[in-house]
Formats: sequence, structure tokens, C-alpha cells
Amino acid sequence: MQPLTTEQIRAVIARGKLRDTIFKALGIFCLAIALLVIVALIADMAIKGSERFTLDFFLNFASRRAAQAGILSAWVGSLLVMLVTALAAVPLGVAAGLYLEEYAKRNWLTHIIEVNISNLAAVPSIVYGLLALGIFVYQFGFGQSILSAGLTLALLILPIIIVSTREAIRAIPAMIREGSMAVGATRWQTCRYHIIPYAMPGILTGVIIGLARAIGETAPIITIGALTFIAFLPPAPFTGEPPAGLFDWVFAPFTVMPIQIFNWTSRPDPAFEINAAAAGFVLMVMVLSMNAVAIYLRYKMRKNIKW
Amino acid sequence: MFKQSKLVPALAVAGVALFGAQAALADVVKIDGSSTVYPITEAVAEEFQKAKKNAIKVTVGISGTGGGFKKFCRGEVDIANASRPILKKEMDACKEAGIEYIELPVAFDALTVVMNPKNAFLKEMTVEQLKAIWEPAAQGKITRWNQVNPAWPDAPIKLFGAGSDSGTFDYFTEAIVGKAKSSRGDYTASEDDNVLVQGVSRDVNAIGYFGYAYYAENTGKLKAVPIVEKAGKPGVLPSEATVINGTYQPLSRPIFIYINPKALDKPEVKEFVEFYMKNASKLTKEVKYVPLSAKAYTTNMEHVEKKKKGTVFGGTAEVGITIEELQKREAKI
Repeated sequence: MQPLTTEQIRAVIARGKLRDTIFKALGIFCLAIALLVIVALIADMAIKGSERFTLDFFLNFASRRAAQAGILSAWVGSLLVMLVTALAAVPLGVAAGLYLEEYAKRNWLTHIIEVNISNLAAVPSIVYGLLALGIFVYQFGFGQSILSAGLTLALLILPIIIVSTREAIRAIPAMIREGSMAVGATRWQTCRYHIIPYAMPGILTGVIIGLARAIGETAPIITIGALTFIAFLPPAPFTGEPPAGLFDWVFAPFTVMPIQIFNWTSRPDPAFEINAAAAGFVLMVMVLSMNAVAIYLRYKMRKNIKW
Repeated sequence: MFKQSKLVPALAVAGVALFGAQAALADVVKIDGSSTVYPITEAVAEEFQKAKKNAIKVTVGISGTGGGFKKFCRGEVDIANASRPILKKEMDACKEAGIEYIELPVAFDALTVVMNPKNAFLKEMTVEQLKAIWEPAAQGKITRWNQVNPAWPDAPIKLFGAGSDSGTFDYFTEAIVGKAKSSRGDYTASEDDNVLVQGVSRDVNAIGYFGYAYYAENTGKLKAVPIVEKAGKPGVLPSEATVINGTYQPLSRPIFIYINPKALDKPEVKEFVEFYMKNASKLTKEVKYVPLSAKAYTTNMEHVEKKKKGTVFGGTAEVGITIEELQKREAKI
């Protein structure tokens, strides 16, 4: 075989560079489409709903008159359900992830469990709704309450939290553990003072992304029977007569943002479409700001880790 | 934990600032059921809470007529919204659970057959023609307008109708085809009536059907088709007048609320029902349904006072009942 001349080598390089440029352009094009769709969606909702962005919209209950209808019971309901979800899912998910990474023996049983946690993450949300209707609503007698909804969504995002906890823990170098053990720390002390603090940024990201998914869920909440007209609020959390009154709020009937939006889009009066767009925009802002908080916390906490 | 420390104080502050400490969950009137009856009950609930300065709370859900009866017969709700009378199997379920019911008609709805406003050839349709289009045998065969009536153009028929889970679907099929739930399947079906409104308003050759309220709110985009009940009779458009005088047939239907007589012992439920009957006439019109006569609401009130239990329908679906007939029957129980 003859060696290539300089020209030929240049041609090969030029061809490679051209392909490079083409692929780069293609990548930018794909990215632009994805971004454009999101921006268009948000802008469309913001423009359509613009006349509803008043304080009244946030402080009014649902109404049959579109101009007076607001999202007070919906956003309060969504926040309270998220509170229950977080309180239930975070300790369970983090503890489960920690156990699987730091304590569990590597054998076929843990392997099966691991595979099934990934499977759980892919179960359609309506299935969780059906499960919750049977177990929380009827078996445990929680009724159609904030508690039932919060626990249902907690089950839904549990796999996300477990997986992100494990990934965060796995990213910690082995020398941290070895160093800790070497100076005589127990496994728990290692976890408590090293593993958990270092894994925290990753765990938090997983938690918030899980919650951001949960806040937009409609199907399981409809299944357990959230209400569509509810013009009062649950008692404020932890303010009732202790001890029993403290938890009155978890048994209260409720509605959430996605259900309010769903209800508005299906009404005969077209004026409600404005409300639906405005509420959709508010929900988007809620989700995006949760993601922003996740990014900020991760950034801030990572800065403090020095190993 | 992070979530707790962030959210709890924020919520507590918001909660206290906005509402102060609220009473526990007593004094709640629980209602669930049909999405067709929902607008009326919602309007009543809204006004009732205003009138009571929020001392009594009302919740209204949309589980559908069947779903509402299920909850009603388990004693989970005080009142069930129903777009059709209670059926035999629901009566049995209630009986088994020891739950009785007081049946109160609250309004009339007119199922409306709609077409595109640009449609020039549809002047009216007979029940026979509607049947020819919608019956199961028409599936895949009746696809062009001139197959139904040679005077109509050789253009495709585009159909839009209620999804099979709705009471509207049950009633339309019963009234037009003659058997509940019996319909062709090759049409655009949606539980969301706005999808049907959009569909018909965009296609000159389309027809569809849904509750009167969706037509009344969209008269700029849709035209109602006059319905001829029997050959020789004139075509009748749906309206308050034609429903009340009984000429808009067979697509007028009464809609109901069912009350658990035990719940009536609770003062808040009784007050709510009284408020409902007193204001139903005005609010029904506001949400584009046809109210009953003033006398009918008084009769309803008497039934509540005397706790007259049971149904006047005997557990079967019935088509084409007029307001007059309904009132005669209601007076008898």
C-alpha cells in the first residue's frame, strides 16, 4: 500500500471536519426544537392566561363564574399533599438507598430487589392510584384525604429517591469509608458523619425531581377521589389542639392543581380556558422553581465538600 | 429534614395569615356523582357557602353517575348527583348496605344534536335518520350523507359523540337506537365535550351530540339540528320552551339528586337541600339547564320534609319522559 500524499491526508481531515460540523448542526437543531417547544408552551399559557394573573386568582376559591374563579384550594392542596409526600418518601427512600449501598450483602436477593426497584419506577401512575384506593382509602380507612394522596404520591416517587440516593452514595470515593473505618468508626458513624453529608446534594436533587414529578400527577389523585368543587381550606398544619388536633389537616378533603386545570378545560364556558391556561402556567412555575432550588442547593452544598 | 424545615413554617404562616385556625371537619356536606348535574350543584354549593358565610362546608366531586351511586350506597356521601334514575343493581347495592334514598328531580337537560354552522343541507333530522347513522349496524357501512337521505350530498359523514362511560352516551343510545350502550364504534368519542365542540366546528360534514350547555355556550361555532320525533311532526330545536312544553323529544331528560334520609338528620345537609330547592330555578337557568316548575321544587321540599323514600322509575332507564309526567309521578309517592 502506498503512503498517502499530503493532499490526500488533508482531504481525509477535511471530510472528517465536515462531518463534525454537520453533526454539530444537527445537534443544535434537535436541541432548538426541544427548547422551542417548551418555550412555546409556556409562552402560550402565559399569554392566554395573562388577564388572570392577579392576586385574586391566588386567593379565590373555585367558582362557576370564570372571572371570579381562583386556585386557592388547589395550590394549598398541592402544597399540603407535597408536604405529606416528602415526609413519607424522603426518610423511607434515603434509608432504603443507604441500606442497599452500605449494609446489604451482594447476593441474589438484593439483586432481585434492585431490579424491582427500577421496575417500580416504570409502573404507570394510575396503577399506584388503584393500589392506593384499595389500601389507603378503604383498607386503612384514610378516606379521600390529603393523607391518602400524599402517601400515594410518596409510593410513586420512592423508586426515584432510592435510585438517586444510591447513585449519590456510589459517587463517594472508597477512601472516605476506609479512612473513617481506619480510625475506628462504626459503619453507622461512617454513614452518619461522612456518607450522608457527602451524598446530600445528590439525594436532594433526587428528592426535588421526584416531588416535581409528583406535583403534576393527576391520574392517581383522580383515582383516589380528589374533589373538584371545594371552597374551603384544610386546617392549617400543626396548629390544632394538641395532640389529636395537630393532624386534623391530613384527613381533610382537598383538590390539587392538575385536577383544577382538568376541570376547567372540560367546562362548557370557553372563558374557563383562560383560567386553565393561567393555572397551567402557575403549575409550570412551581415545577421549574422546584428544579431551580434543586440546582442551587446542589451547587451550594458541593462547594462545601472537600475531600 | 430539609423539606420539613423549609415547608412547614412557610405553610403555617400562610395558613394562619389567611384563615386562622379553622374548625375540624364537622359540618361538611359531601356530594359526588354525575358531571352533567355538577354545574348546578356546584352553583348551589357556591351560593350556599356564601349565604352561610362559610360556616357550612360543601364538597362536590365528579365520579360519574355510576361512581356517585357506588359511594352513596357505601354511605360515603350525603347526596349523589345523577343524570339518570337509579338502576336496579344500584338499588340492590343500597338495600344491602341498608341505605335508603330520597329522589329529587332538579332540572331538565336537552341532549343536542349539533352541526357545523356552514352546513347548508341539514334542515332537520328524524329519529329514524339518526338511528340509521348511529346504530351498530351502520358501522363501516353508512359513511356518506346521501346513503341516509338521497336529497343530501355525496359527502362523508363525520361523527362526534360521547364516550361510552358517560350517562349522556347511555341516554342517547337508549333514545335513538332503542337500547342503552348500543352504538356504532367508528366515531370520534370523548368524555371531554369540548373536544366534540372543536371537532364539529371545524368540519362542514360533521354532526355530534352532547348536553345543551355545551351548545348554548358555543352558539357562534355550532348550530343545533331540529329533531323530528315521528314522521309528520315538525322539527323541534332544543330550548327552554320546547323542553318545558314537552315537544323536544325524545332527547329531553330529567336529572336528579339522591339524598340519604339519614344525612337529613344533620342540620347542615337539611339546610343545604332547602337552599337547593329554593334557588334551583334561578341557578339552573344560569348554568344553561331547564328548570322545573316552581311547584315541582315545592313538591320536592314536601318529600324532604316527609322523607318520602324510593324512586318513581323502578330501576330501569326510561326515555322521553316529560316534565308534566314526571311531576305527576313524583306527586304520587
